[in-house]
Formats: sequence, structure tokens, C-alpha cells
Amino acid sequence: MATKTGIPPTQQTDQPAVALSKEEILRYSRHLIMPEVGMEGQLKLKQAKVLCIGTGGLGAPLGLYLAAAGVGRIGLVDFDAVDSTNLQRQILFSSQDVGRPKIEAASERLHGLNPDIQIDPIEARLTSENALEILKDYDVIVDGTDNFPTRYLVNDACVLLGKPNVYGSIFRFEGQVTIFGHPGGPCYRCLYPEPPPPGLVPSCAEGGVLGVLPGIVGAIQAAEALKLILGKGEPLIGRLLLFDALAMRFRELKLRKNRECPACGDHPTISQLIDYAEFCGIRGEEAPLPQTTVPEITPKELKARLDRGDDIFILDVREPHEYQICNLGGNLIPLGDLSKRVNELDSSREIVAHCRSGKRSAEAVEFLRSAGFRKVLNLKGGILAWSDEVDPSVPKY
Amino acid sequence: MAVKVVIPTPLRAYAGKLESVEVQAATVAEALALLTARFGELRKHLFADDGRLRSFVNVYVNDEDIRYLQKDQTRVGEGDIISIVPSIAGGLRGENNGD
Repeated sequence: MATKTGIPPTQQTDQPAVALSKEEILRYSRHLIMPEVGMEGQLKLKQAKVLCIGTGGLGAPLGLYLAAAGVGRIGLVDFDAVDSTNLQRQILFSSQDVGRPKIEAASERLHGLNPDIQIDPIEARLTSENALEILKDYDVIVDGTDNFPTRYLVNDACVLLGKPNVYGSIFRFEGQVTIFGHPGGPCYRCLYPEPPPPGLVPSCAEGGVLGVLPGIVGAIQAAEALKLILGKGEPLIGRLLLFDALAMRFRELKLRKNRECPACGDHPTISQLIDYAEFCGIRGEEAPLPQTTVPEITPKELKARLDRGDDIFILDVREPHEYQICNLGGNLIPLGDLSKRVNELDSSREIVAHCRSGKRSAEAVEFLRSAGFRKVLNLKGGILAWSDEVDPSVPKY
Repeated sequence: MAVKVVIPTPLRAYAGKLESVEVQAATVAEALALLTARFGELRKHLFADDGRLRSFVNVYVNDEDIRYLQKDQTRVGEGDIISIVPSIAGGLRGENNGD
């Protein structure tokens, strides 16, 4: 188990001595008067190079605190544009940034916060082809991404390059933080050798995130990155910090380096980056849409049939809290309850099932057909498509 | 022996929306068997077809990974806490965009 702190010796920046300007001394005075940082630590920060992968919920507090702390060079990797659903938690961005590339808006904000540091905007999707090239220039990598292929890619690249990976992950109101890939410490694959198959990750009905959660988790990642640079304190190596914002409770679990780990074990089998989409069971760049084999009806067709007075039972399979956001006046039976409430449905009537986008309702249609329902259709594209094609007054979420 | 099994947020939907469940069990295997007997839907999220724990789910007794104890034969006693810790990937964007 690694107990050593700090950046691995091979990663230490080997630059000529730098000094702080008078303005910098004033700016960082609350660091300088504290012995754990002091002039020596502040100069380490100034010479440090940190790469933030993702400038979203986790990347926002991370980038802000690293820039404010005076980390001399901060790389930002993202390929996305700001959209209005980001603003609930991605505090790097303002309302007027909607539509702009995240990298552009983030760089501008961090420059504004601290003009003395270098920001490297890297507008790219991290891939097996570019990852080693992008990561190699930095001392500490901070992973704030949102999908399994990139998680494994970042892990393997960090292990191959011998760089610490400050890992943070969030779901609803629960977060996980640790440091992977520090020499002697465990890596992501020691903890989870394989990703979940796409079908088993929780659906959007359980998704969402409390806006402040990535703020807390990202700020913890920032603290760990700064501690690694300073070589102070006890880094989160070999410890998985679990945070539950609802219970407001932190717990800590032990992480061990797995000697049989394919990435960092005694006999590693991963000597280069692989196809992570394939590894995670995903073909192509994006998660595939499920093969729709269930009979469908388009929003326009449904509207026309309802207008002419056809007897159609609208079955809404979303969750009650989603029904409160918007609804089509349908009868609510959440997908998870459908099997035990199926007796409430009349198989002689025509049924159109819908959800937000059409995925859960496709499952519902499949289930109902296997249960003997013959006249059941899926509303293609769900409430989102209804809003686009029939009634724009229905809000999208 | 009363043992508390902590259900992680992503799996609560398959466990009656409960945060934790108390079971009478002497080993981790017994505790998980009782849990999945009560919540049938949870089974496929915890175990592969061959009955082994899925590789994206780790189980801890207190703060120790059972892979480094006696795996599912790890004994549990009064007051022990079994935690199910699945991998979660969220961070950057809206995790619910996929629906």
C-alpha cells in the first residue's frame, strides 16, 4: 500500500527556480502565511501542470480552485458545448455561455480569475489515439468525465504513463473520490476489473444529480490534486471516499492494489490503449439506441387519432416526479410497477405507452405484448417528440 | 445475527427504494441471498448468470473488500455493515440524457 505522498519523483517538474512577483505574493498571501504551503509550496504550485478531463460538474469547481490556487498550467479537455441544463451545477458557466464551446467559456473564466497562469484549451474527445500524447505533459490528471469508456481510458493511460489520477464520480446525491494510478497504489481496474454492460446501468428514471454534489466532489478532487503537488498530508491513495449528500455522511473504504490487475498488477496484460467503446460493450462513439422492435406510433399519428375520437388508453410509464414536470394526461404506472399492476389494464382496449424519450415505454410495450396484450403501441420519441412535433407548450426536461 | 446491508443509490430502485436492509445472516453469501430473495429484481444487478458477483459490483464488510477477506464466505456478526459499491461513471454532463 502506498503511503508516499506527492507526485511520483519521475513526474516532478524539473524547471529552473521560479519566483513570485510582488502581485503574486499578495494574491497568494493566505497560502504563503501557512506553513503547509508557504513560499516553497506556492512555487511548487506555480510549476505544476494539471490536466482536467471534462469541464462539467466536477471540472467546474476543480478548475476554479486550481486556477485560484495558482497552479501554473492547467489543461482542459472537453468537446461539448454549454447547454442550459448544465447551468444547474456547472458553475464555470453563465447563462450567456449557452451554445459556446465549454473549452472556450471555461478558459475565459479561468483566465479572468487568474491571468498569471497558463490555460491549455484542448477541444477534443479523449481517445485511445490521442490520450497518451495529451496526458504526457502533465503531472497530475483529474478525471471528471461521465462515462465508462473514458474512465477506463484515463485509468489505463495514467497507469501506462505512471501518473496519478484523481478520480471523482457522482450519481444523484452520492459521490466517490479516490486517487488511482499512484505508483504502489491501486488503479480503477483493481477496484472494478470490468464495466457494467450497457443494459444494466440505471436508466434515466434513476438519473439526475443534486447540483451541489459535483461541487463538493470536485472540490475534494481539487484538494487532493493540490496535496499531491505540495506533497503534504495524507492523500486519498488506497482509500475510497464515499459521500452521501442526502444523509450528509462521509464513509471510507479500503482499496487494495490487486496483484492480478490486468493494468497495474504483477503481470499486466494491458501494454497499450485498447478500444474502450468495445470494452464497455458500446459500438460506435455514442451509446447505441436500443433496437426498436416494438410497434410504434408517431406523435402526429397519435394526435390525429385522439382528435378523431378514437378510444386509446394512454399509459405513462415514467416516475411520479416526472409526471409532475409535464404529462399528456395519461394514466401513470411506472415501468417498475407494471408487472404487479398489469391487471389494471384492459387488454381489449388499444394502449399507447410513453415515457420521456421512448426507451422505457418500449420496454413496457415489450413486456405487455409478452403478457398477451395485442393492441399496444409505443409512442415514438416519447414526450420529447410530442413537444417537438405536436405541442411545443409541453416542457422538455 | 442482525447485519445491515447498505444499498447504493443506483440500486435502490430495485430494493424497494430502501437505503439499507437488515438481515439475519452469518456470512456475506447468506446476507446477499436473503436480500435478493426479498428483492428479486436486484439479483441480476448483483450476480452474473453463473451466480458470481458481477465485476462492476464490490462488496465490503465494514471498510474491507471481501475479495481480500474470504470472499462471499466472509463471516459477519452483529452490528457489521455490508456495503454494496457499484461503479458509477457520472460527472460531466446530465446523467439522464440517455433515457
